[in-house]
Formats: sequence, structure tokens, C-alpha cells
Amino acid sequence: MLTVNNIEVVYSDVILVLKGLSLSCAEGKITTLLGANGAGKSTTLKAISGLLKSEEGEVTEGTIEFMGQKINGKDPEKIVRMGIFQVMEGRRVFEDLDVVENLRCGAYTRSDRAGVKRDMDLVFDYFPRLKDRRHQLSGYLSGGEQQMLAIGRALMARPKLLLLDEPSLGLAPMLVKEIFRIIQKINEEEKTTILLVEQNASLALQVATFGYIMEMGKVVLDGPCEKLRENPDVREFYLGIGEGGTKRSFKNAKHYKRRKRWLS
Amino acid sequence: MEFYIQLVISGLVLGSIYALVALGLAIIFKSTSVVNFAQGELLMFGAYFCFAMVVQYKVPWFWAFLLTLVFSVLLALLVERLVLRPMIGEPVISIIMVTIGLSSVLRSIVTAVWGTQIQVYEPPLFPETTVNVMGIPISQVYLWSFGLSAVLLALFGVFFKFSKAGVAMRATAFSNQVALSMGIPVKNIFALAWCIASVVSAIGGILIGSINGINIQLGYFGLKVFPAVILGGLDSILGAALGGLIVGVLENLSDGVLKSAFGLQGIKEVAPFVFLVIILMIKPYGLFGKKEIERV
Ligand SMILES: Nc1ncnc2c1ncn2[C@@H]1O[C@H](COP(=O)(O)OP(=O)(O)OP(=O)(O)O)[C@@H](O)[C@H]1O
Ligand SMILES: [Mg+2]
Repeated sequence: MLTVNNIEVVYSDVILVLKGLSLSCAEGKITTLLGANGAGKSTTLKAISGLLKSEEGEVTEGTIEFMGQKINGKDPEKIVRMGIFQVMEGRRVFEDLDVVENLRCGAYTRSDRAGVKRDMDLVFDYFPRLKDRRHQLSGYLSGGEQQMLAIGRALMARPKLLLLDEPSLGLAPMLVKEIFRIIQKINEEEKTTILLVEQNASLALQVATFGYIMEMGKVVLDGPCEKLRENPDVREFYLGIGEGGTKRSFKNAKHYKRRKRWLS
Repeated sequence: MEFYIQLVISGLVLGSIYALVALGLAIIFKSTSVVNFAQGELLMFGAYFCFAMVVQYKVPWFWAFLLTLVFSVLLALLVERLVLRPMIGEPVISIIMVTIGLSSVLRSIVTAVWGTQIQVYEPPLFPETTVNVMGIPISQVYLWSFGLSAVLLALFGVFFKFSKAGVAMRATAFSNQVALSMGIPVKNIFALAWCIASVVSAIGGILIGSINGINIQLGYFGLKVFPAVILGGLDSILGAALGGLIVGVLENLSDGVLKSAFGLQGIKEVAPFVFLVIILMIKPYGLFGKKEIERV
């Protein structure tokens, strides 16, 4: 459905962030993209959704194809209309607007009023908490509710491909589980293809079917998620589980990582 | 007593026109983060264009009014497209300089075409007779101006609250990038903001021109709107409207009182700025402006 082919992304004409990154998303599936801070995960999503332009970023090499059409270089508005919707990192709800108005913004590109109405009810079904706060300014929602609103707002666009950037960021473990459960449900019930960027590798590898792991602007490892879960490097550096199945401290992991880089 | 009531009434009328123009300034600032120093010149240009239609080309008022609105939309689109769009992403100070430059250009065009003489609308837009409201004679120009401004402000209130474009404008005001990610065409929203600002200014220009006559001084109206907007908070549209009313009334009252008590002249010109300084000392973000939503 989506194929990213060897792309390079440069910010402000000089800062090279993605160095030949490739990945693809299968229709109807959840694909996950994992990596450390600064690896370039958000940049990858912005390259797909066209939002790079608003940050002076540019895809200088390679292509991005969505359902057979090249989309790199297109305006974000066009890309949204083609069916790709990005939920940006850090929730980013319109704080001065109430919940319903936020949802209406998500449906901006649609003109079928009846369908929009139905989808608003659908969003309230997925997130009953939002329904209770429908006329509250979204700036006053809790972090978890804001994340729900950000995802609900994306659903309002009826996207074919949903790009989720760290939906677990800053949320309590219970809430993270709930959000992931709903993401899975959306994927099953609405048949929405999802590309999920996460720091929480263990949960992401549970809900997704295929995973990519990137470092320094490149994919270094990919495979079906059940394979990745078994991979010793992934277990060590992303799941924090050592050979004996015990959790390693972060300090040690850092040490190993550094040594490995130095050796190679 | 009647003297003071008269002052308050004319203050409210003036204030409602301030409110209208302030709305334009606030809309541009909110959605594009540009402080438009050419707002007064847009107002002046609208007033003169309407003058040309009515007096020089003898177009009936109804059509002249409509043509002026169309003209101000075209002017806004031209300005936005040619002057401001290329500046998107440039430092704030450069953009401010550009709007100041724009204001001098518009001012010189007006001077070149219409001269600096004071002009009046002939025939006038509103009947010149006065009517009695609760025993106080009020000129009809005042009543109509106030009514028209109030209706327009209410319409904009409805527009921002309920229409798709209005909600999208507020979303864009909050964050251009997030609005982009919803597929909202942010550049069109910028253009729309300029169009609305230009139209409300032109209407304000026609109203104030009907009351005081038209001359090059109209451009300074834009500067006097700043206290109203800042009083209300640069980022609050409702606040801008209320700020306009407050400044209008305060300006007229202080002018009238100081003139009759001490024979001081010209207070009108400075009064808004004095209030501005006082208000900002008490509430740095204006009465209604907010820096950011703070959660408790
Ligand atoms: N607008 C920008 N201009 C210049 N450099 C940028 C810009 N945005 C990101 N970068 C740089 O690109 C690199 C990758 O950033 P990106 O946000 O894609 O990382 P990430 O993998 O999403 O990290 P995180 O997990 O912390 O969100 C970082 O080194 C960052 O400093
Ligand atoms: Mg990121």
C-alpha cells in the first residue's frame, strides 16, 4: 500500500537526517517503526505526510509511493485527501477549540455531512470519555484524553493509512494499554492500515505484524514482529531483556551498545 | 448630564467602529502572526474608493457599497499574494517592516489620486436628521453606524463559532502545522484572514468617513485601533471587540471632561495610548488575551 524507497531527507539544505531509508506497509496491517531518540522516526512520518515542508525539510533522493502514486513533493492537503493522516508526536490538539470542534477539523477535507456525523458517533463509541467532555476546551483535557482526541480526530478523516507518532508518550502504563487496545480495534474494525512509531517497543511488537528498527536515519533490522521479539539484539536493546530473561539496567545496555559500535 | 450621555453615546459609536477594525487586526494576527501596520491604510483606501464611486462616478449607494467590498477583497488578495506570502517564515521584524512599507505605499497612492483635501460623501449614506431616543437627540448616522457594526460583529461571532471555515481559521490560529496536518489549506486561510480584515476596515472607513469626512488622517485610525486590540489581547477576537468599545467610550469621555474642565485640547488623540500603557501595566496580556492554557 505504501512503499518508501531509499529516501534521503535534508533539513534546511544541510542537515542530512534520513540516509537511504526504505520501508513498506501492507494493506490492512499494523506496521511498526522503532528506534532510539533522534533516529529519524518522526522525520520519516513527516516525509510521508508532506509536513516536512513546514519545517524546511525536503526529500532529496528516493520516492514515496502510495497506492501506486508517487506522493513525495505533494502538499500535505493533497496527501490528506488521498487518505493519509498523521497524528503528530505530543498530541497537538487545538487547545482553544472544544472537543467537537477539534473533531470537525479532522473532517475538514470531507463534505458528506451524514458520514461525518456518523463518524463522530463512532469516535465517541471508541472513546466514551470524550463524549462526556464534548463541549470542554481541549486544552483542559488530561494528557490521555488529549491523545484520545488526537486519534479520534484522525479517524474523522476516514484515512486509509494512519500514521501514529508515539501515542504512548507521557501516559501512565494503564492508559497506554488502553490506547493500544483501541488502536488494534480500529485496525480490525475499520480496516485502517497503520504505521506506528513507538518508544514502547514491547507493546508495539505485540500489536503490529511487521516491524522496522532504525538507527541514525537507516533501517538496520526488519522482519515479522514475532521474529523481532525473538531476536537477541532487539531483546537486549529495545526490550531490555538479557540472555537470562532478566531485565538489564539501562546503564549496561548503553555500555554494550557503545562497545558494539566501536567494534564494528 | 445630557452632555455626558452624549459623550458616552458618541463614544460607543466610535468604539463600535474601532471594534470592527480591531477585529480585522486581531484576525490577521491570530491566524498569520503578522501585526498589520497597514490596517488604517486599508480603511482609508476603502473609504476613498467608495468616495470615488459615490461622488465622482455617481454610483448609487447600494452598488457603491458592494463595489467597495469587492474592491477591498481584491486589494487584500493582491497584498497577501504579492507582499505577504513571499514573507512567510521570515523574522517577525521583517514582516512588520513590510506592512509599514505597505502602509506608505497605500498612503501615497491615495494622496496621488485624491489629494489631501477633506472630502465628504454626497449624497450622504444615512439621513442627516436626528431622532430622539429617550429625550436625547441622536444623529441618525450614529445609530446606523452603531447598528451596522454590531450586526457585523455578531455575524463574525457566529462565523467563527459555527462555520467550517471559521473553525478552521481558529484551528490555524492555534497552530499552522497542525492545521496543515488536517488537510486545512493554510495559505487560503491566510488569504481569507486578509480579506476579512480588509472588508471590515473598508466598512469602518465608510462609517467613520460618513461621520467625520474623508481625508488622509483616516490612516491614523489604524494606529488608534492598536490600544483597542491590545486592551482586548492581541489574540482574542471577542476581546478586540470589547476593547474597541471601551477605548471609544473612554476616549470620548476623557476628551470631553478635560476640555470642559481645563480647556485642554487634543486629548482624543493621545487618550487611547495612555489607557493602553495603564492597562498593560496591570494586565500584560490584555484583559482577555491569554498566553497559553494552563492546566490546574
Ligand atoms: N526541523 C528540523 N530541523 C533540523 N533538524 C531537525 C529538525 N527536526 C528534526 N531534526 C533532527 O533530525 C533528527 C531526527 O529527528 P526525529 O524527530 O525524526 O527523531 P525521532 O526518531 O522522532 O526521535 P524521538 O524518538 O526523540 O521523537 C534529530 O537529530 C533532530 O535533531
Ligand atoms: Mg519523534
